[in-house]
Amino acid sequence: MADHGSKTAEHHVVPKRVYFLVFFTLIVLTWVTTYVATLDLGRWNIFVALAIAIFKASIVALFFMHVFYSTRLTKMIVVAAIFWLILLLFITMADLWTRGWMGVPGR
Amino acid sequence: MDSPTVIAPGEAGAPPHHGHVEHHFEDASQQKDAATVGMWCFLVTEVMFFGGLFLAYFAYRQAYPAAFASASNNTNLIIGAANTTVLICSSLTMALAVHFAALGKRQLIVLFLALTLLLGATFLGVKAYEYHDKWVRHEVPGYHFDCRTEEGAPCTDAAHTPLFFSLYFGMTGLHATHMIVGVGIILFLIAKARKGAYGPEWYTPVELFGLYWHFVDIVWIFLFPLLYLIDRSAAK
Amino acid sequence: MITATPTVQVKKSYFNQKQGLASWLLTLDHKRIAILYLLGVTFFFALGGIFAALIRLELATPAGDLVESNTYNKFFTMHGIIMVFLFLIPSIPAVMGNFCIPLMIGAKDVAFPRLNLMSWYIYMIGGCFVITALLMGGVDTGWTFYTPFSSSYSNGYVVATGLGIFIAGFSSILTGLNFIVTIHRMRAPGLTWFRLPLFIWAHYATSMIQILGTPVIAVTLFLLVLERGLHIGFFDPAYGGDPVLFQHMFWFYSHPAVYIMILPSMGVVTEIITTFSSKKPFGYTFIAFSSVAIAVFGFIVWGHHLFVSGQSAYAGMVFSVLSYIVAIPSAIKVFNWTSTMYKGAVRLTTPMLYALGFIGLFTIGGLTGLFLASLGMDVHLTDTYFVIAHFHYVMVGGAIMGFLGGIHYWWPKIFGKMYNENWSKISAIIIFIGFNLTFFPQFILGYMGMPRRYHAYPQEFQVWNVLSSAGASILGIGYLIPFCYLLWSLKYGPDAPPNPWGAATLEWTTQSPPLAENFEVTPVVTQEAYTYTTEEVVHVG
Repeated sequence: MADHGSKTAEHHVVPKRVYFLVFFTLIVLTWVTTYVATLDLGRWNIFVALAIAIFKASIVALFFMHVFYSTRLTKMIVVAAIFWLILLLFITMADLWTRGWMGVPGR
Repeated sequence: MDSPTVIAPGEAGAPPHHGHVEHHFEDASQQKDAATVGMWCFLVTEVMFFGGLFLAYFAYRQAYPAAFASASNNTNLIIGAANTTVLICSSLTMALAVHFAALGKRQLIVLFLALTLLLGATFLGVKAYEYHDKWVRHEVPGYHFDCRTEEGAPCTDAAHTPLFFSLYFGMTGLHATHMIVGVGIILFLIAKARKGAYGPEWYTPVELFGLYWHFVDIVWIFLFPLLYLIDRSAAK
Repeated sequence: MITATPTVQVKKSYFNQKQGLASWLLTLDHKRIAILYLLGVTFFFALGGIFAALIRLELATPAGDLVESNTYNKFFTMHGIIMVFLFLIPSIPAVMGNFCIPLMIGAKDVAFPRLNLMSWYIYMIGGCFVITALLMGGVDTGWTFYTPFSSSYSNGYVVATGLGIFIAGFSSILTGLNFIVTIHRMRAPGLTWFRLPLFIWAHYATSMIQILGTPVIAVTLFLLVLERGLHIGFFDPAYGGDPVLFQHMFWFYSHPAVYIMILPSMGVVTEIITTFSSKKPFGYTFIAFSSVAIAVFGFIVWGHHLFVSGQSAYAGMVFSVLSYIVAIPSAIKVFNWTSTMYKGAVRLTTPMLYALGFIGLFTIGGLTGLFLASLGMDVHLTDTYFVIAHFHYVMVGGAIMGFLGGIHYWWPKIFGKMYNENWSKISAIIIFIGFNLTFFPQFILGYMGMPRRYHAYPQEFQVWNVLSSAGASILGIGYLIPFCYLLWSLKYGPDAPPNPWGAATLEWTTQSPPLAENFEVTPVVTQEAYTYTTEEVVHVG
């Protein structure tokens, strides 16, 4: 009856096997990314490394931090954090990437 | 009004016995929900705080790729990967500590909190060793700085390598500070857990601290490739 | 039906339910914390005002004859730092937000009362750091701390001041965090999002900015302090650092910060205009969404502070377009306010005078912002007095008018006393006249080319500077008068009824001042927002 805006409170207990599966995945990916770093992929090294890191961070957030099982508000907050971080990084880097694109008039 | 101590940022309070609902909340469910949302808002601020450092990193890596690659090669790949493994293990033990707190298994809570503490301390110890190693090799900016490769030659674009090491110490140092704070809080949680403070009706501090600990783990998940894994192919 | 509270001689309220200094300094009551903040921000406003007076005194004559240039640099720096970080940012949220938000949503307190008290102590400690730095000799870098001057060359107390702002920033973060959780999770039964007062929407949007933006300036100042202490090279070109990176990081927060300063003020203005037009706000949904839109869009325009810094031309163009777009939600609000007044029963009380002043002055300030958002014009106008006039129109003509309007609007509720309406109207008019006389000439000065942050200027600028300094003294008098009649009202003013203005939000259904626990029974809301028949607000156990 009391509507204080909360959706289902988090009472769900995550089974241990989910944790162990995530853990195992994280360990494997750690050593994968270490190994891949020793291969020469040119400019793709950083993208592969970041992609693996993003995946690892995602499963930590979704399962260790229970975001997968949480309220819509929590999910929104997580998305907002990621979005704003990308805003900060991308827009500033866009300046740095395009500095040399336009010449100075007369030169 | 009782005088509880603040356990973790965003948490509503530490009542003397579990199940106590503060006067401005309607019920325990609202209180826990509010505390969880508060903790997530705090983690958002942490994301943006570290985010500024990541921005500086990307800005200078883009400007001086050779310097960054050369300097990064001076970090120890195996130690870094091993330390990452240690931290991931601590995340597992923390998740299990929260799991058992929700089930009220007092001894298992204490066990897994203690394991988390041990693994976290191990991580910090290894970090301390790495810092010392950098000091000895003259890789601390401002203090007889002299970046050299394994063969003894100066690092590529050596003039700009201090930027890499400043970011290395700044980012891992901030991360380590967060871990030290975390270790302190774990000690507090262990003390409380041993007295049976946490059970199915109230285990909020453990859960919220778990969120903090996992967040710190996520930061490291990004720090490791960005600081240790630049241009490691032996062909170069 | 509202049960009328029987009038008693000494009314029990949050003010007297607990007594003694400790009960104030260790309070967890959001209403008392709001008053602690009121004392703090008033002090810092006065301190920042003293520096403003010194600036205008120096600028009354063309020669730099009052103080040396280094000292003058410290004047405008301290004025900016104190006014921005220690007055404007906390002002409305920490005072009126703290007081009114739980009352408006039918809650007993904010979500985290202990964090609330902690945020006040953190604010005061940060302020003490800044004052200490000031007493030791102050900073001369400008409130913007641009590198490499601030990191490598300044002789001022950059580290102490930077730390002070860093600490005060956490106060802002905690306030925002508290409000977000409170608004999400502590609303009374029946109070859905679109029944919330627009003051709440404004503070929700503000809190979003506080949480997302403040950490970035925290880390920026952190790096600046490291740079200054250890000469690491983040922002120093001598080591390969990029001074423009500092500017990016600084303005990523500092531009949204101006929306932290203006959004709460807009929320206050909406409440005042609604109440004193006795009419529902026109376009509630538009006002609500425009608040959030300002908060979101405000984060992607910061590069307009970097147009002449060496930023890429493409980035400049994008930031210019986005800066025009961000003006749209603000303009929407102005249309909403005027439409609310149209065919309303407008009463020109003191809060309404401030709100009307806000609309006019904010519009001028906002439009001149568009001048500056234009890349071509900004090349000529940047770092001139045009910029100064622009931001003072929005910050003082906008934010501070809203703050004063809110003080006058909620004074009866907060303190349970009515002030003298004649004096309050007189001071509102003096402030309006003094403000325009101070800052309108500065638009002309900027157009004529007078640069900012200089203590001496060519003879041809003097007449406008003299007008501006004269205006500043009138403005100062205007700000002093409320001190007198407001304090006087505390002791000698008539007692305030629960709802002296005939307003329609929940805080006006309680007694004035409210009880410590706010509501004897939690209200249940069944009506849309601003319904002007308060009988239907049902109180249930």
